[in-house]
Amino acid sequence: MSSPLERSAGTRLESEAFPVIYELSHVGRRAWSLPEAGVDAPGLEELIPAEHRRSEAPPLPEVSELDLVRHYTRLSQRNWAIDVGAYPLGSCTMKYNPKLAEDAAALPGFAGLHPHADDTLVQGALELLGTLERALCEATGMARLTFQPAAGAQGELTGLLIMRAWHLSHGNARRKVVIPDSAHGTNPASVTLAGYEAVEVPSDERGLVDIGALEAVLDEDVAGLMLTNPNTLGLFERDIERIAAALHGVGGLLYYDGANFNSIVGMVRPGDMGFDIVHLNLHKTFATPHGGGGPGSGPLAVSQRLERFLPAPVLTWDEGAERWRWDQDRPDSIGRIHSFHGNFGINVRAYAYLRSLGPEGLRAVAERAVLNANYLRALVADVLPTAYPGPCMHEFVSSGKHLKRFGIKTTDLAKRLIDLGYHPPTVYFPLVVEEALMVEPTETESKETVDGLAAALRRIVQEAADDPEIVRSAPVTTPVRRPDEARAARDLRIRWTPSSSRS
Amino acid sequence: MDFLPHTPEDLTAMLAELGLGDIGDLFEHIPEGVRLDHLLEVPASLDEVSLAAHLRALAALSKGTADLVCFAGGGAYDHHVPAAVRALASRAEFATSYTPYQPELSQGVLQAVFEFQSLICDIYGMEAANASLYDGASAVVEGINLALRVTKRDRAIVGAGLNPHYLEVVRTYTSALDISLDVVDVGDEGVTDWAGLDASGAGAVVVAYPNFLGRLEDMRGAAAAAHAAGALCIAVADPTAMGILEAPGAQGADVVVGEGHALGNPISYGGPYVGLLATRLEYVRQVPGRIAGETLDADGRRAFVLTLQAREQHIRRAKATSNVCTNQTLMAIAAAIHLAWLGPRGLYVLGETCARRTAFAARILGDLPECNVVFEGPLFKELVLETPIDAEELCRRLATRGFLVGPALGKWYPGLERALLIAVTEKRTETEIRGLAEAIEKELAER
Repeated sequence: MSSPLERSAGTRLESEAFPVIYELSHVGRRAWSLPEAGVDAPGLEELIPAEHRRSEAPPLPEVSELDLVRHYTRLSQRNWAIDVGAYPLGSCTMKYNPKLAEDAAALPGFAGLHPHADDTLVQGALELLGTLERALCEATGMARLTFQPAAGAQGELTGLLIMRAWHLSHGNARRKVVIPDSAHGTNPASVTLAGYEAVEVPSDERGLVDIGALEAVLDEDVAGLMLTNPNTLGLFERDIERIAAALHGVGGLLYYDGANFNSIVGMVRPGDMGFDIVHLNLHKTFATPHGGGGPGSGPLAVSQRLERFLPAPVLTWDEGAERWRWDQDRPDSIGRIHSFHGNFGINVRAYAYLRSLGPEGLRAVAERAVLNANYLRALVADVLPTAYPGPCMHEFVSSGKHLKRFGIKTTDLAKRLIDLGYHPPTVYFPLVVEEALMVEPTETESKETVDGLAAALRRIVQEAADDPEIVRSAPVTTPVRRPDEARAARDLRIRWTPSSSRS
Repeated sequence: MDFLPHTPEDLTAMLAELGLGDIGDLFEHIPEGVRLDHLLEVPASLDEVSLAAHLRALAALSKGTADLVCFAGGGAYDHHVPAAVRALASRAEFATSYTPYQPELSQGVLQAVFEFQSLICDIYGMEAANASLYDGASAVVEGINLALRVTKRDRAIVGAGLNPHYLEVVRTYTSALDISLDVVDVGDEGVTDWAGLDASGAGAVVVAYPNFLGRLEDMRGAAAAAHAAGALCIAVADPTAMGILEAPGAQGADVVVGEGHALGNPISYGGPYVGLLATRLEYVRQVPGRIAGETLDADGRRAFVLTLQAREQHIRRAKATSNVCTNQTLMAIAAAIHLAWLGPRGLYVLGETCARRTAFAARILGDLPECNVVFEGPLFKELVLETPIDAEELCRRLATRGFLVGPALGKWYPGLERALLIAVTEKRTETEIRGLAEAIEKELAER
């Protein structure tokens, strides 16, 4: 039997037995290179009492640097990415992440800053954040913004805690927050964390918030409404003015979930729609890389009446001293939400993107994203009808339920798309659509790419009727084929151990 | 530069397909009252050459670890990022992918996360880690929430040796929930008297290891106090110390959390960092966030998937274990590669160099006139130095002499107004330590 190392050394990147890093380990091999202490100080036996000293070295792998480099290089090649090909994963906005933004974040004057450094030492970083804050407030129609939330969901919690603080300052926190049934799962989860009860309102036959149902649940116990607009069906909530009036009528606040802000940036501002609280996903609209699942950045913006509740500290331009400083003196603040200042390196990338695009570029982002989505939708509408009528925004949701008569589920269609060279769209979300297929081409994909994606989708629908087995058995071109997810949960292996090795 | 690929001909053809004359027609269904009738007032577009120059100029306005010798700590440290780690973790295949919802196309990220989970379990002495959280603070919050769910209690006890910023975040997160938080002080030794703690009624006991003052808390005592009361013990442990310090899991901790930025990620003004969370297997269904698991594919090959997703917000919605969705996967991958680069021996040498150089710095700085190292006894990579000068002021003055130190401790620890943290990583040389001592001496002389 050959060693895992030998077997991984085949020329086929999708070699059958791809090792886990531990399986490459050889006692005594090393990649590390570090200075010895080299100072006149006692040894560890003297410095660290026995009860604190590690009794047994952690069983980490021992590999050479070349083993390490090859392993993670090959591992990376077993992964799809925007830089590899089209990635129309609905709701996630997988558009091109400009390389110049990576260079920006790596500059020593950004990447090398210490978060406890005195304000006077980090004026360049604060100037960047101040300019980015002004631009994002302008784009959202809000007054002030905090960069602390590390991702959208943390922005949601921050916003809901501000909502609570506002109501408490008026005597009563209230009990409920209303959420449409098409909302992302983070919305109700954040509502629970903020001490509220999530009240779901249904979508109507247009795929929009059912106004009648909404008005029926509104009362003085409703703290607010969380709305994604356009919603997760890719549809603009065109009753927004009426929704805002109804919410404000009972003293509630309107929360804008910025997951889909990319389709209205430069065209519509949440503040002008009546929203008081807005989170943005900079990793979506502002093109920062998604990193295999993160980091993101979820800055939270508020209207003027909520400014005093923002997490401390708040960035302030000191007129007298003519410099930026962090204002810690915020007695009404909900408190800190991040260890430091949020995902600063991501905010640097978003700044670089913003400065590259300018006002015309930002508007074009929304226009082209919506154009690409509508164009793709039109090309496949006869074979993959959308769940709801009307023009879409940056994404659309089709239903694959008519393929069930061939024994084909939406997941089969998605897997077959992999063999045809595309990352699948989001499937089975939103929950309100049966066999949902949520497609977001994004503005950075060319007409040819969208044409190709449409052709692939059409081909699969045809195959579902003519040759369903090729669809059901897909994918066959990937390093692994469909994994047994039930087995993963039943026979739980979430950590490598020598006995779990399959080598 | 807008990165948009459409030619005028493309636009014409695509609009024709839609039966539209103008791209603006796509937005006609949006109520006119909310549509913007002008361009956003944001800075004008820059070409790449001008933008690169602008960014360099902006970056040059600040002073960081390239300009000052960094002895600053307090939760963010100037550790070396190995060249191989930086090169591998910045590969676009990792960086420009997203959550591995399609496992066949995501084996790279899924396996890297599986390896990360394994490596974190190894250093912490735990059995089940997740795919990362936002940062150290959110990891503490999630650890507390996990413990309170397991114990079905609503009270947490936190040692005052916890990073004060983390404590602030815990307060913010718990403010809206019916959770009571008790902070137990550190004594004259800079550690909490855990053996004397009555944790009755608590579901979580949180102990930092090492703590914010650089000291080694009585982990075993904290775990014993927690267990005597039926609570879980949560250790907040520095992963870079785990080569030399006993794994919290081996000292009785039930949950181990921490800040992992020092493993392979730049200091970057406090983020993006990476929250670590690991626990015992019996609590795995209470773990927040994503978890990668091993399984077999249709052909019987080893494959990795996201597993136990019924815990998560996209399935459980209002009843999920947490609201976390996007996490810090890329930072977790860097941390995994860094740990694999270190191996057991490298992790030991890293810890040894930090601890011995810190001991050396404590002696040199403690010998300065009118200065003293406040808490005697074992330290890992930080020490508390007290001088006759206001600590905030001293931090500023030392920066003008080329040294970054701090943070000053007075705003969190009354009585320590003249005390500040000095962190000594493997990057700080004897020459730099002596240089810092000289700079402080000059400040004292010129006072």
